Amino acid sequence: MPSVLGLFQSADTAADAADRLQASGFGPTDYEVLTGAPYPEGAFGEDSGDHRLFIFPLGGAMIGFAVGLMVTAGTQISYPLITAGKPILGIPPMFIIMYEGTMLGALIFTIMGVIFESRLPNLSNDLYDSRITEGYVGLVVRCDDDAQADTAQSTLTEAGAEEVKHQGRS
Amino acid sequence: MHERPRLTPIQINRDLMRSVLETPLVFYVLLLILMGLVGLGVVAATLLVTYGLGVTGLNHPVFWGFFIINFVFWVGISHAGTMISAILRLTAAEWRRPVVRAAEVMTVFSLLTAALFVVLHTGRPWRTLYWAFPYDFVRGIWPDVRSPLVWDPSAIFTYLTGSILFVYAALIPDLALARDKTTGWRRSLYGVLCLGWRGNARQWKLLNATGLLLSALILPVFVSVHSIVSWDFGMSLVPGWHVHIFAPYFVVGAVLSGVAAVIALMAVMRSLFRLHDYIRPEHFDMIGRLLIVVALAWAYFYFIDVVFALLSKEEAEYEVMKLRLSPPYLYLFLLMITCNVFLPVPIWMFRRFRRNIGIMLITSLVVNIGMWLERFLIIVPTLQRRHPDAFAWGDYSASLVEISLVIFSFANVGLLLLLFSKIFPVIPIWEEKEGHIWKREFRIGKLRLPAIVRE
Repeated sequence: MPSVLGLFQSADTAADAADRLQASGFGPTDYEVLTGAPYPEGAFGEDSGDHRLFIFPLGGAMIGFAVGLMVTAGTQISYPLITAGKPILGIPPMFIIMYEGTMLGALIFTIMGVIFESRLPNLSNDLYDSRITEGYVGLVVRCDDDAQADTAQSTLTEAGAEEVKHQGRS
Repeated sequence: MHERPRLTPIQINRDLMRSVLETPLVFYVLLLILMGLVGLGVVAATLLVTYGLGVTGLNHPVFWGFFIINFVFWVGISHAGTMISAILRLTAAEWRRPVVRAAEVMTVFSLLTAALFVVLHTGRPWRTLYWAFPYDFVRGIWPDVRSPLVWDPSAIFTYLTGSILFVYAALIPDLALARDKTTGWRRSLYGVLCLGWRGNARQWKLLNATGLLLSALILPVFVSVHSIVSWDFGMSLVPGWHVHIFAPYFVVGAVLSGVAAVIALMAVMRSLFRLHDYIRPEHFDMIGRLLIVVALAWAYFYFIDVVFALLSKEEAEYEVMKLRLSPPYLYLFLLMITCNVFLPVPIWMFRRFRRNIGIMLITSLVVNIGMWLERFLIIVPTLQRRHPDAFAWGDYSASLVEISLVIFSFANVGLLLLLFSKIFPVIPIWEEKEGHIWKREFRIGKLRLPAIVRE
């Protein structure tokens, strides 16, 4: 599938190019905006899609809690040695380790969630330019065929792209 | 922030990648010095492992000495890093940007160093695994989860893992930048570490959400860790330790020493990596204000601890506190209270001193001397009077091995920080650029005032 990358020196010209792309028939999900720093959401009219990141820490917390319960109860039941007259399954000390397990699970799953939802690791060889990390804004347009790629290329050029690159054209 | 100069993304990249791409002579000098001190620690640790705890000054009844003092000290230092970062992220404080990464990384290296001292303290490091890991290896005995000494590893492991993930998540975009700016094996390394980050809108949106989520999750862990460390003491029936305020008192003390350490780190980074446009006097001013509150809160808790021990008329408690407040410990007590409150707080009250980086560096170091002494005074005199009968009282003086390992701990954290700065940017570059995106100027009458749109 062909794709076209336009590089813009300023965010304003990139936003203008995004408007032109939409006027040329491209939808907000047909192009991707690449920047070296986060811009306010919707600054380029793009659709970044919904995510379910907030479910991950909840799932992780439940797993962590279960592991914590298993470790605390399991180890004490396996070797039921009464020390200082304390109960084998004392809730306060078990709670401390279950709490740490819950938080650990939530933390680990949050990172797993952001990696999964960000579609990382990204092993594809998609269009990219290292100038994006120098402040340029990149607009990557994914096209169905060469004719659409031509339209995207001309739109980006007319909008003031400093350079236009393409990939996957026949 | 308001004093932030207008910089282009290219300038920001150049300034903040300098430590990674260039290696000045001072780097090698520092590296050699720190490696020498770490080597000294390795020799001391080898002696300890070879000959056992007999090479330390530990003896009945003082079985906790420099190693545990250092453990508590470094866990304390580790606290401010993630706390500062998490609180400032959650409150969207604009001045957080140049501070957060160094603070988070200091948390990781301090915790690693702290954990090392517990292992060294056992005298048989290879057996620590049997005692703490929740698995029955060979003996048919499981660790007793009812003991605070088992809570410690679980809390520290959670905090360490969370802190490493916290650092890594915020590092990914900068790793992508490093990939774009380097060649050869370094490019490949950064390419792998950044997981193919492209910087699209979805990735930025998720990264920001992750920063908030991790901040919210790690703050309760941060409170729990030093509370649990305090319960190593508080849960025992030792007079002077069995005190109900120990958990908040330890947490506040940890924040005081940790925030002071962040100031010292910022001052060194600013000078070493020429980061004057990024770490500015206004940052020291802000943290200085925070320190006044924390130092006074610590003083309040310490006062309560002393007053309760003296006025409760409980003989054992009274005896311990009397020892702490009598020569020679009285001199250490006076030095500690001077270092932690009487000297720095009046200085920090003045704006011009808070904005003087040299003064802030010195006062932050002074606070950490005081906080190390505080841990000494909690542990050593208390154990000396642990038993009610005078014939069971004892003394403690640290051996050269213990002193060498304390020096090693400081060198170790310094060395790890130095090596980190050579591999990764010490200030989050993308966050700094984000600050510039949000920065605007507006006019009121004849004035043109800088502002941050989100504030």
